[in-house]
Amino acid sequence: MSAAKSKSRDFLLAVEGLTVSFDGFKAVDDLSFYLDPKEIRVIIGPNGAGKTTVLDLICGKTKATAGSIKFAGKELTRLKEHQIVHSGVGRKFQTPSVFEDLTVFENLEVSYPKAHSVMGALAFKRDKVVIEAVEEVAETIFLTDALNEPAASLSHGQKQWLEIGMLLIQKPDLLMLDEPVAGMSVTERKKTAELLKVITKDHTVLVIEHDMQFVGDIADRVTVMHQGKVLSEGSIEHVKADPKVIEVYLGH
Amino acid sequence: MKTSSPMKWFVSREGLYYLGLAALLVVILPLILDPFRLNMVGKYLTYAFVAIGLVMCWGKAGILSLGQGVFFGLGGYCMAMFLKLEASTPEATAIQSTPGIPDFMDWNQLTELPWFWEPFHSFSFTLLAVIGVPVLLAFVIGLAMFTRRVGGVYFAIITQAIAAVLTILIIGQQGFTGGVNGITDLQTLKGWDIRTDEARNILYFVCVGMLFLVLFVARFVQNSKLGRILVAMNAQETRVRFSGYDVAAFKIFVFCLAAAFAGVGGAMFTLIVGFMSPSFIGIVGSIEMVIFCALGGRLSILGAVYGALLVNAAKSGFSESFPELWPFAMGALFIGVVLAFPNGMAGLYQTYVMPLEDKIFKRKKVEAVAAAEPEATKPVAKKTDDYDPMIDSYSPEKS
Repeated sequence: MSAAKSKSRDFLLAVEGLTVSFDGFKAVDDLSFYLDPKEIRVIIGPNGAGKTTVLDLICGKTKATAGSIKFAGKELTRLKEHQIVHSGVGRKFQTPSVFEDLTVFENLEVSYPKAHSVMGALAFKRDKVVIEAVEEVAETIFLTDALNEPAASLSHGQKQWLEIGMLLIQKPDLLMLDEPVAGMSVTERKKTAELLKVITKDHTVLVIEHDMQFVGDIADRVTVMHQGKVLSEGSIEHVKADPKVIEVYLGH
Repeated sequence: MKTSSPMKWFVSREGLYYLGLAALLVVILPLILDPFRLNMVGKYLTYAFVAIGLVMCWGKAGILSLGQGVFFGLGGYCMAMFLKLEASTPEATAIQSTPGIPDFMDWNQLTELPWFWEPFHSFSFTLLAVIGVPVLLAFVIGLAMFTRRVGGVYFAIITQAIAAVLTILIIGQQGFTGGVNGITDLQTLKGWDIRTDEARNILYFVCVGMLFLVLFVARFVQNSKLGRILVAMNAQETRVRFSGYDVAAFKIFVFCLAAAFAGVGGAMFTLIVGFMSPSFIGIVGSIEMVIFCALGGRLSILGAVYGALLVNAAKSGFSESFPELWPFAMGALFIGVVLAFPNGMAGLYQTYVMPLEDKIFKRKKVEAVAAAEPEATKPVAKKTDDYDPMIDSYSPEKS
């Protein structure tokens, strides 16, 4: 552990001894893992393994009972959600959560990392820089033609893309995606894989996903979780061959 | 050939809505109503201040407060305290055992002015307090509730409890507050008699002026990025938080803004009606305010004004003929609004009247666009037609 700690300066994200217990039930139990800058890490595991809870803990939605989360040398466990966002962590939720009453343009504009204070938001002016940033992201997420549509009128897949776009415009150092292709049609799935490939070029990404084909396509390394702990970690071939993983996850 | 943008705004559709309201309040009603009725309209308008605040707070940001009467009352009491002190000169109160203090204090065996009454000798302090006291209380409540993420029904219940507590406090502390009667017998404002017909007329126009000031502040906030964040927060609070915003700060802001509007309304109420009493602060008063807002349309600041006017006009008309039936009519109205048209009159207007207007406006617009840029538009031009990113405004609900 001490050797790992001394090395933690080189990691973008260092999670150590992370534990959260809900009324005695340990959803995440003494979990440790490390992300290199620009790494694409996929977390897999059976339902209830604690995958989503790990993301919740990193982004501050859930408070840890014990352990530490160091991001770029900064301890996140004591920060508030919006401070964690400002530190450079972006989070996409499993069900698309976009602002349905606003247009696609406004959704992206609200996510633009500027004017986060009350007074700043009052004085905010829509300038060229913002418009260009919005239009650029809109193109990446295939929504250029829908900029003026209310987000409520988008399809499920488009909403997922919009939420990814809302993260991209924040320019986070770490992107966390919770099942980005769940519930998508085959064509949408393909397009999303394309989108993720573009994104993963210049971000560190932490993804939860079940689709093993998809996982194999994008992952640098895979962490398999089971009952709140790391069951196995390594390349996709490594974990696929691991008998423990086959028993609890891949076998059925 | 300079068409400045304010000029353009006045002939835009939204500008016309505001002009229409201004024409109604400044020209039509003063012409057709006698001074007594006009004074009553002025009173209804003071409720509109609260309703506008509720549109921002409840309609936009989704924070339902059932205690807006508290802020209305605080603004009103601040103004009433100033007027009462002015009416309680040692000469006018010479028959009291302690001359120079308000009459109700004397009846309650107080022998000197309580410390918190002292600053209300100053008119400028009073004006500050009319906004400052409600905002301060709203800030404290907001800080306590929103940073702990108390919201929804729980917040509504707490605000209602605060309304109840404050009413009991005011009624109980008769010597300091005038008790259940409130602060009455207000006469002059800086030597100007506010009870004459002429003064009441002038106060009516002051009230209309203040109302438009508040409307423009509300409009500015609603069209700013902050306004969009409020709408976003209403449905997806978590997403707003993970877009890097401190949600509690925004909630506190809009709650304080609504309190400030209510405070101004309360002060105008005291001036127009000539007294202030705890009955406007309590639970019933606070809930009535929510009904004005809901009926007018909880997403529309102009709708809130019409809501306050119409419900109160109906209330007066109804209670003049069938006083005991009014509460039932009011209850039925509220249930009707919630069930049948949740966005109130403004919602109905948008659904049924605006499409007709659209036809007229679209035709003009298409002609103008065609004249301005002949065919050099991109293939997406059909959509960019009303997507003009340089205009920093949010258009879907403008009524």
